Amino acid sequence: MTEQIDVQPGSGASPDLPPPVLTPDAVPPSMWRIRWALFRRSFAHNWKLFRANRVGLVGLGIIVFFALLAIAPTVLFATGIWNSAVYDPVVGLEPNPPVKVMTVVNEITDPETEIDFRYVLLDNRIPNTVKVGDQVEIPQQPAPPDRRHWLGTDPLGRDVLSQLMHGARAAFFLGILAALVTVVIATTVGSISAYFGGALDSFFMRLADLLIMIPFLAILIVIGAIFEFKLWHLAVVIGLLSGFGGVAIVLKSQALAVKVKPFVDAARVAGGSNAHIIFTHIIPNVMPLSFLYMMFTVTSAIQGEAALSFLGLLNVRISWGLMIQLANNQGYLLQGLQYWWLLFPAGLAVTLISAAFFLVGRAMDEVVNPRLRKR
Amino acid sequence: MTRYVVRRLAQMVLLFVVFLTVTWFLLYALPGDIVKQKFATNPNIPPEARQVAIERLGLDKPVLIQFRDYMINFFQLDFGLSFNQYPRKVSDIIAERLPRTIVLFLTALVSYYYAGFLAGKYLAWRRGKRGEMAVTIGGVGLYTVFYPWFALMAIWLFAAELGWLPISKFLNPDEWRNAPFTANQVFIRLFVTVLAVSVFMAAVVLLANRIRDHRPRTFAKIGGVALGVVLFIWYWWGTAGGALMRPYAGDIAEHLILPVAVLTAVNFAGIMLLTRSSMLETMREDFILTARAKGLSERAVRDRHAARTALLPVTTSLVLAVATVIDGGILTETVFSWPGMGEVLVTSVSNEDIPLALASFSFIGIMALVGHFLVDILYGVLDPRIRVGG
Repeated sequence: MTEQIDVQPGSGASPDLPPPVLTPDAVPPSMWRIRWALFRRSFAHNWKLFRANRVGLVGLGIIVFFALLAIAPTVLFATGIWNSAVYDPVVGLEPNPPVKVMTVVNEITDPETEIDFRYVLLDNRIPNTVKVGDQVEIPQQPAPPDRRHWLGTDPLGRDVLSQLMHGARAAFFLGILAALVTVVIATTVGSISAYFGGALDSFFMRLADLLIMIPFLAILIVIGAIFEFKLWHLAVVIGLLSGFGGVAIVLKSQALAVKVKPFVDAARVAGGSNAHIIFTHIIPNVMPLSFLYMMFTVTSAIQGEAALSFLGLLNVRISWGLMIQLANNQGYLLQGLQYWWLLFPAGLAVTLISAAFFLVGRAMDEVVNPRLRKR
Repeated sequence: MTRYVVRRLAQMVLLFVVFLTVTWFLLYALPGDIVKQKFATNPNIPPEARQVAIERLGLDKPVLIQFRDYMINFFQLDFGLSFNQYPRKVSDIIAERLPRTIVLFLTALVSYYYAGFLAGKYLAWRRGKRGEMAVTIGGVGLYTVFYPWFALMAIWLFAAELGWLPISKFLNPDEWRNAPFTANQVFIRLFVTVLAVSVFMAAVVLLANRIRDHRPRTFAKIGGVALGVVLFIWYWWGTAGGALMRPYAGDIAEHLILPVAVLTAVNFAGIMLLTRSSMLETMREDFILTARAKGLSERAVRDRHAARTALLPVTTSLVLAVATVIDGGILTETVFSWPGMGEVLVTSVSNEDIPLALASFSFIGIMALVGHFLVDILYGVLDPRIRVGG
């Protein structure tokens, strides 16, 4: 995300494309159809460039996989394959967990098969008519994966796969919302300050300087102390911080390069207003780069969310960070591979999806920035 | 150069005042803020006690007066008393914790920067060969890994499973029961000696680079580094004061290894990828071709021609990395229970200990500002264009 990006505007579109074919006899097609045709053509061309990068394709594949995961619970609940009493990510409970038969004793000699009498009295899952020497069935939670729960259950008897899927949904929601906010703000701020310059420009750029200097997570922690954070609040805050911060600087430098192009002068001579020039000439040419930064913002938003949930500062129903926090707080994370289904799914999911967006971003970087391509 | 430094310093102070103002208003002056909720409007506190709390915290004064008082006190290094560790001064807590964070931050910054630069250099040089893809994917994986999870896995593997390193915390209290020193005395001594030796080594290496001939240059470099190590060993093993402190210093150093290693592993990949693309761009330049045509060895071309030039954009990225490393530090300290500023920030925020939270956040901000300042100066030294322009 720290890479210096210096792009020729619209270089994603191939310069040597033939002009769209217009049939001479018919009425000239509307502007929108021409634009659509151009868009399709440049998209096809860029897709070819993107496809040349295998790493980017891997990233795209991972994103599609997680998107499917995010959609899955809706389908599973709607078709009745999953019963929400059992599979709900927060309040679900497996009614018949695997049990372990143990002997009630006063002094434990073998912790694998014996259980303390005083503990049995405290455990409300066991009827309190039990006496020393009885055999009791202790429900095993977290339970390892079986046919009903493909990734096992967590310490509270909830399905890990369902949590993972709902976590994917939260991650997509957060990442995409944060990225949209970032890009809208950064593109507007960047274009406006590049176009007008002067005091407005200095103000926005000093603000950006301040924002990139302050550690992101520290701000989120402090804001988390003041407000009760919900997921979309977090998305908006992340969007604001990066939109007014580093991304605005990059997009401004890009907009500066667009501003001096002849077509901007032409538009001005033709009588275009400032707003017209900014919105129809500058912003569309900054768009490819904005889109690239969307990818990097998604990565940092998902990481930020996971870190905040891990620290317990986020008011969220279920998320990957929360799953890790639970496993860690209850001491399963240092138990080793014995509880692998609590260790790996959430941690790997955060890592994989961040890596995927990052890889797609890098591959897109090669599309919009020809200098990075292989010779 | 002096003018540049002075101007940057003035900017820095101004930025910090803005930063502190915004944070203060966020934490103290928002309607219904935590301090008021906790004391002024809390119905569980008897009215008299509430009145005393309001007066002592100055909540009855107008907001701007409160703000002025806070600012004056802040610059006299009086940050108030902690709510949760009540009679303790916030400034004492900060003074205890700040060196620990700075050490973690500095060692991690230096080691990850160096490791990333080295790895990126080789990666670019071996472009297209076997292993490049694997290293890139591994690097991106580490770069985007969910940090707390990765750290916990590392703790599990190296501390719990293999038992090579301590699990967490700053020191092992069992060994410190009869210690004649406080932890911070030992810690600062350790920090100062390591810093002195590294500065010495860096100076020797930089001076040695001026020697033209290959052999004496290598000799001087190796000699300088060896002398540094000998000096270090002499201090901690040879002198009486050093030998007395050594077991305690060793204990702290042992606790430092895993956090620094994890922080390095996670962060170095960003620098590595950046160095790689920077190197690739440099390698297309004509002077590389010239260097090769002159018959210089590949190593000389790589290290003395390509890598030097590629270093510049990487240093720029350090400006942005300062904040990232501090963020990483906050998570590191939380996961490893390393008692530094980040840990203080997280615990004080979750316990609503506002004076402590504000002060630790400000000091994290100061660290970021100073880090930026130093990187800017470093950049000015490396790139003469900035020096002249500034």
